[in-house]
Amino acid sequence: MSDKSSASANSLKPLERDRHVIRFAGDSGDGIQLQGQQFTVASALSGHDLATLPDFPAEIRAPAGTRYGVSAFQIQFGGDRITTAGDAPDVLIAFNPAALVVNLSHLEPGALIIVDADAFTEQRLKRADLATNPLEDGSLEAYRVCPVDITSLTVQAVKPHGLGSKDSARCKNFYALGLVLWLFDQPREPTMAWIEEKFGRLPDVRDANLTALNAGHAFGETSELSHHLVQSTTPQAPLDSVEYRTVTGAEAIALGLLAAGELADTELMFCSYPITPASSVLHHLAGLEDAGVATFQAEDEIAAVCSAIGASYAGKLGVTSSSGPGIALKGEAIGLAVAAELPLVIVNSQRAGPSTGLPTKTEQSDLYQAVYGRNGDTPIPVVAAKTPGHCFDAAIEAVTLALRHMTPVILLTDGYIANASELWPIPDIDAYPAIPTRKPGPDESGSAFERDPETYARRWAAPGHPGFIHRVGGIEKDVTTGNISYDADNHQAMTDIRQNKVLNVAKFVAPQEMDQGVTGGLAVVAWGSTYGTIYQAVKECLAEGAQVAHIHITQINPLPSNLGEMLAGFHTVLVPELNTGQLATLLKDRLVIDVKQHNKVTGQPLTVTEIKNAIHEHASARLRDVAGD
Amino acid sequence: MSQTQVLSFKDFATDQEVRWCPGCGDYSILKAVQRALADTGASAENTVFVSGIGCSSRLPYYVETYGFHTIHGRAPAVATGVKLANPELDVWLVTGDGDGLSIGGNHLLHVLRRNVNMNILLFNNEIYGLTKGQYSPTSREGTRSPTSPDGSFDNPVIPGSFALGAGASFIARGIDIDQKGLPLLLADAQAHQGTAFIEILQNCIVYNKDVFDDVVAKKQAKETQVQVVHGQPLIYGKDEDKGLRLNTQTLALESVTLGNGITEADLLVHDETNPIIAALLVALAPPMPTAMGIIHRVEKPVFDQAYWEHKPTQRSAKVRDLLRTGNMLDRRNEVSPR
Repeated sequence: MSDKSSASANSLKPLERDRHVIRFAGDSGDGIQLQGQQFTVASALSGHDLATLPDFPAEIRAPAGTRYGVSAFQIQFGGDRITTAGDAPDVLIAFNPAALVVNLSHLEPGALIIVDADAFTEQRLKRADLATNPLEDGSLEAYRVCPVDITSLTVQAVKPHGLGSKDSARCKNFYALGLVLWLFDQPREPTMAWIEEKFGRLPDVRDANLTALNAGHAFGETSELSHHLVQSTTPQAPLDSVEYRTVTGAEAIALGLLAAGELADTELMFCSYPITPASSVLHHLAGLEDAGVATFQAEDEIAAVCSAIGASYAGKLGVTSSSGPGIALKGEAIGLAVAAELPLVIVNSQRAGPSTGLPTKTEQSDLYQAVYGRNGDTPIPVVAAKTPGHCFDAAIEAVTLALRHMTPVILLTDGYIANASELWPIPDIDAYPAIPTRKPGPDESGSAFERDPETYARRWAAPGHPGFIHRVGGIEKDVTTGNISYDADNHQAMTDIRQNKVLNVAKFVAPQEMDQGVTGGLAVVAWGSTYGTIYQAVKECLAEGAQVAHIHITQINPLPSNLGEMLAGFHTVLVPELNTGQLATLLKDRLVIDVKQHNKVTGQPLTVTEIKNAIHEHASARLRDVAGD
Repeated sequence: MSQTQVLSFKDFATDQEVRWCPGCGDYSILKAVQRALADTGASAENTVFVSGIGCSSRLPYYVETYGFHTIHGRAPAVATGVKLANPELDVWLVTGDGDGLSIGGNHLLHVLRRNVNMNILLFNNEIYGLTKGQYSPTSREGTRSPTSPDGSFDNPVIPGSFALGAGASFIARGIDIDQKGLPLLLADAQAHQGTAFIEILQNCIVYNKDVFDDVVAKKQAKETQVQVVHGQPLIYGKDEDKGLRLNTQTLALESVTLGNGITEADLLVHDETNPIIAALLVALAPPMPTAMGIIHRVEKPVFDQAYWEHKPTQRSAKVRDLLRTGNMLDRRNEVSPR
């Protein structure tokens, strides 16, 4: 801060705006995700809408101080509808030099940077590949920098609790959190309650963390060290008169599966194998078994899907969950479920590929795998969640399709949705329709292969029922008896049933709706976790007068029956995706239309700015076309 | 068909034509299975046969119970799902040496270590039949096949040793054509709580004809097999004049002839609960007599029982309440500004 007078004159003003984007960054072991989650809860409970982006490396404790080991958590909160974690943070909390430099390019000009000044030692600058100290070399002149001796102030504050120096320093995340909570006038109580519960058995650690939290908060209140730290309040969001809670996508999938079990009066068996970023669904469900979902950790991905299929065969709905590499391993077994006409839900929390790829980074590149990725003519319905909260409805939809149509269903989500949280209006499950199943009554008897004429779903007759004893398997079966059949006409008939069953799903699902905007101009058509970004971008472009609409598809296979007609009402269809163009291919394939693409494959979500630019580019390209006509 | 009705051997046959090669050992195993089901008073609707892929795995289509013919190697995982979803069912798993020990070796390992309550019938014919005669993981060294024209040089796996290593609680060995002994063995398996693993020496008439003749040929069977009986000394031979003695120096079994100062008291007494004895017996191969019968049987915690003991069986927690846990923000009493 070379020019103190001008900087401070500017910065004495509180950060008055209707929304903020805050990014916490530090080493993987600094408790960054925890700080972010706690700040999220505080923001929600103080009535702000919000969206978050956890952004962390695959390593559990990556080498301290390195650039690649930086873990970050970004949140946008505010007084309007918030659908993204924000393009450019206006506040960065950096716990070391690496966390500062890797995040610098994303910041808004003039952003407030709070750094732990204790971490800017020669050794740690070197760890971050820095030749000079950014706090001194003038490279931060475009920002408002506020160095705070977070580590030493924390150690000093928690000294009375008698922890060792290492454990004392570990409380620094709560110190910083206390400071940031003060800065935005957010309540400390939720975090205090969390500390009480988490560390209740370790009174020293509990008290030290509480002390650190309060000391950080007090530092903000009393500090005259920096002119930048002026408290500001953010207006509350215009929320509906209902109950809200924060929810991550993984939590919402777990809750959606539970609710679906209730709606279908069917118990579920969730069979899974650990994989990033899908494991969190298993973690959530493992604690909720008394609500009707039993969990089983299988020996591998194949055993996970196979045990789920076994459960479905035996009359409970099998669900399996994984990420792309695991789904690849499950492919053959999914084919078995198609052949045996059994219900099954496969959740894919997509991550960046190919192969192991970037396990903790998000991508939408498993759409081909979901729609096309099996041997044989093996169609299955595919549903995609668009926001963390929407995972609830998407899970119910996937279960509904699986049970009503007696078919495996793939539910696509991704690492971003699974980990990100949002403020979620709690749904009224009594308002949801019951989910029909094809289970026979106890006194019925007949053929397990008697199919519903509309859905082609066979009876869900399970062992234990005396009236439906049958054999079934992966060899082509006789269309009426289920016995092995190599008959040519029978194979055609079975293939037709499998195809028409999935095509007919379109007759039962809700028609596609336009999320917002106007027809005639540019349609931005997308799917999955890009929803929030595209919603915001289209909203801003509409406000600027652009002729644009947002259409977000959640029913991927089959596509909604009215989609082709809807898209015919636009001169240009733009498909932004976090892949090389997989939905674009599907639209071209199924609807035989021309689409423009906007693709990004960096492991990071789209930004509002880039979508707005793409919208303007394609809108003006159209203007040039028209002018040239 | 009511549960109380006693079903006969014939009631467990389906209307399907059996499609194994004429003379295949699978025919006699199928008969033994149907016999065992009738003898044990099995109920058709509560019995499930789950299989993988291969000649053996076609068996479910021929048994008048519920049946699920799945995919190659994965039957143990499917069967585990079936049993967990409904522990009341009697689950039988049918597999072969390729299905169970090659492509499905991992799943076999885990079903055995978990001790899921089911019966596993491993038809061992030391060859891939359905894919036309390639050598398998149990093929003896030097087996000539389309994929090993100069003889295989893989070290074969001993199914019982594998099962023992995996922690199996019941290990037995039988012979396809033994219509007297095999149904009894299957009934013992059915009575066992936990995973009952039975290796059945099966004659593939087309691709590995008579490969077990050195063990099962009737003429010399009493010399080439030892019937192991819990609590009895290990005696064999057509004159019951031979026995197995533990050499305490080498910790190996040796064949001795009774007489000349060697008496029954010198012989090892079979203890089916002793895993060390099981390890010695299960690995016996020509020129030593091959062990037949129940080689190992112990009581161990049963996975599906433990699974449900640790998990509630009712939906006691209400989804409505679960939805309202966590960090709640109650705006119900505020007038919506929207």
